[in-house]
Amino acid sequence: MSDAIIRQLAERVPMGSRVLDLGCGDGALLAYLQQHRACTGYGVELNDANVLACVKRGVPVLQLNLDQGLSLFADQSFDVVLQIDTLQHLRNAETMLQETARVGRMGIVAFPNFAHWPNRLSILKGRMPVTRRLPYQWYDTPNIRVGTFDDFQVLARKNGLQVLEAFGLQDAHEVRWMPNWRAGTAVFKFKGAGA
Amino acid sequence: MSLIAIPRFMHFPDALPLQSGSSVRDYTLAYETYGELNADRSNAVLICHALNASHHVAGTYEGQAKSEGWWDNMIGPGKPVDTRRFFVIGVNNLGSCFGSTGPMHVNPDTGRVYGADFPVVTVEDWVHAQARLLDALGIEQLAAVMGGSLGGMQALSWTLQYPARVRHAVVVASAPNLTAENIAFNEVARRAIVTDPDFHGGHFYQHDVIPKRGLRIARMVGHITYLSDDVMNEKFGRELRSAVVDAQGQTTEVGEYRYSTQEVEFQIESYLRYQGDKFSEYFDANTYLLITRALDYFDPARQHQGDLSAALAKTQAKFLLVSFSTDWRFSPARSREMVKALLDNHREVSYAEIDAPHGHDAFLLDDPRYLELVRSYFGRIAQESHP
Repeated sequence: MSDAIIRQLAERVPMGSRVLDLGCGDGALLAYLQQHRACTGYGVELNDANVLACVKRGVPVLQLNLDQGLSLFADQSFDVVLQIDTLQHLRNAETMLQETARVGRMGIVAFPNFAHWPNRLSILKGRMPVTRRLPYQWYDTPNIRVGTFDDFQVLARKNGLQVLEAFGLQDAHEVRWMPNWRAGTAVFKFKGAGA
Repeated sequence: MSLIAIPRFMHFPDALPLQSGSSVRDYTLAYETYGELNADRSNAVLICHALNASHHVAGTYEGQAKSEGWWDNMIGPGKPVDTRRFFVIGVNNLGSCFGSTGPMHVNPDTGRVYGADFPVVTVEDWVHAQARLLDALGIEQLAAVMGGSLGGMQALSWTLQYPARVRHAVVVASAPNLTAENIAFNEVARRAIVTDPDFHGGHFYQHDVIPKRGLRIARMVGHITYLSDDVMNEKFGRELRSAVVDAQGQTTEVGEYRYSTQEVEFQIESYLRYQGDKFSEYFDANTYLLITRALDYFDPARQHQGDLSAALAKTQAKFLLVSFSTDWRFSPARSREMVKALLDNHREVSYAEIDAPHGHDAFLLDDPRYLELVRSYFGRIAQESHP
């Protein structure tokens, strides 16, 4: 994740929030939130090297498999739950979305938008897209859930999520006009029906 | 760099009140320290030991090359808990048999050896005794308290009994209490000892015998539970003891079954008997009973109707918890219970689940992910500014 994208996402997190970052990677975003936005919280990560990187940075990290759910976390126990480039790796993506809304007063989800125009072009040519944003071949991609900006809106509605903000990110710029065509990354800020 | 360890002893004349209502007085604690206490006395790390270990945590004794401390891969100059930065203290618990006052010593009230009359000691009692040692060493607050297994229980208990005296707790392969299955294993071990005719109700010292048969079986049972099925199969499989290794290093089985019910037939039997024999030579039978009981009794949630989150509300420390995937005696699920209770209390906690094949024993072994993690965590502690 580039520093510019970290700043874009961090801006959406209110100052002083208690944050849960699902699939926190090396902890860069959480470290930024701790230092620049007075946030506290935890990362959740499965990968050994990432867990180590978080500990080295002083980011509290929990080594858990997200496919086993969020039963460790109480209802509405975080101000913000982040799922940055995580949703597309999860077998139970819909359940995790519901869990995000249960655990957090607010959720922020970012994932690669499969409907970004270069991807559409590639599919039109008959090949699965391989881009900077989606650098994998179809046979080795860890992205087991491929969805679009518009797909997420449908899923959010189905689950009764209230979308507070939705936009695309392309080259670290916000894309407000036709994000489903024009943005490589989809970003949604939402809260659950009960929140 | 080699570290020379020097065992020290501190005498405590005043009675230590115990959880049972009993007390011990005129007792001695054996301990070792490594590294230097800094000027503001803020770099002390206390290491708590598990069932059969001692105050000899790191280094070797002068002139005894093979006398490495039980956590020598973890603690020492340049090791994950770096004694060039931290002042590390290892202490032998009361009731043990490695130098601190225990059942083999004389009860000052009766002038006779304690034997079975040594009072039942708990994790909480040990922590109080350790705190008195720290008082005597002039250490008000620990940079960290660390332990594995039963040692992890002591580390956790420190954060409850003396919350302001602990900045970090590192709790490895531990649990907030023992499960029924775990107590059951302890009970098998205790029955093996107590029913040995040489036990004499715990007063075997005056009969000049040692209940070695009981100790051997206790150790054999324990040893099985510290390993994983996979690692045991990998190490021993169904290999027969009669198998021989030829000049090319190839293992060939000359062996036919002996068709004997009592001879050692399989390698695993031979290994367990060897471990049992070795253990029975140095471990005290009454100590084994005391320490397994301390394990059974530990249950900080008990005063809170089983609510661990309520129990851990007292903690102030930051935590690192580590578990090992194949540890079925202190399973990852037990560590996650502690993580959950700390999360409920908004405590700072990191948790790693190391995918290691070695079962409970993994906490003493050289897994680079595990050692690097602890090294990094202590690296952060060393950088922290503190009041």
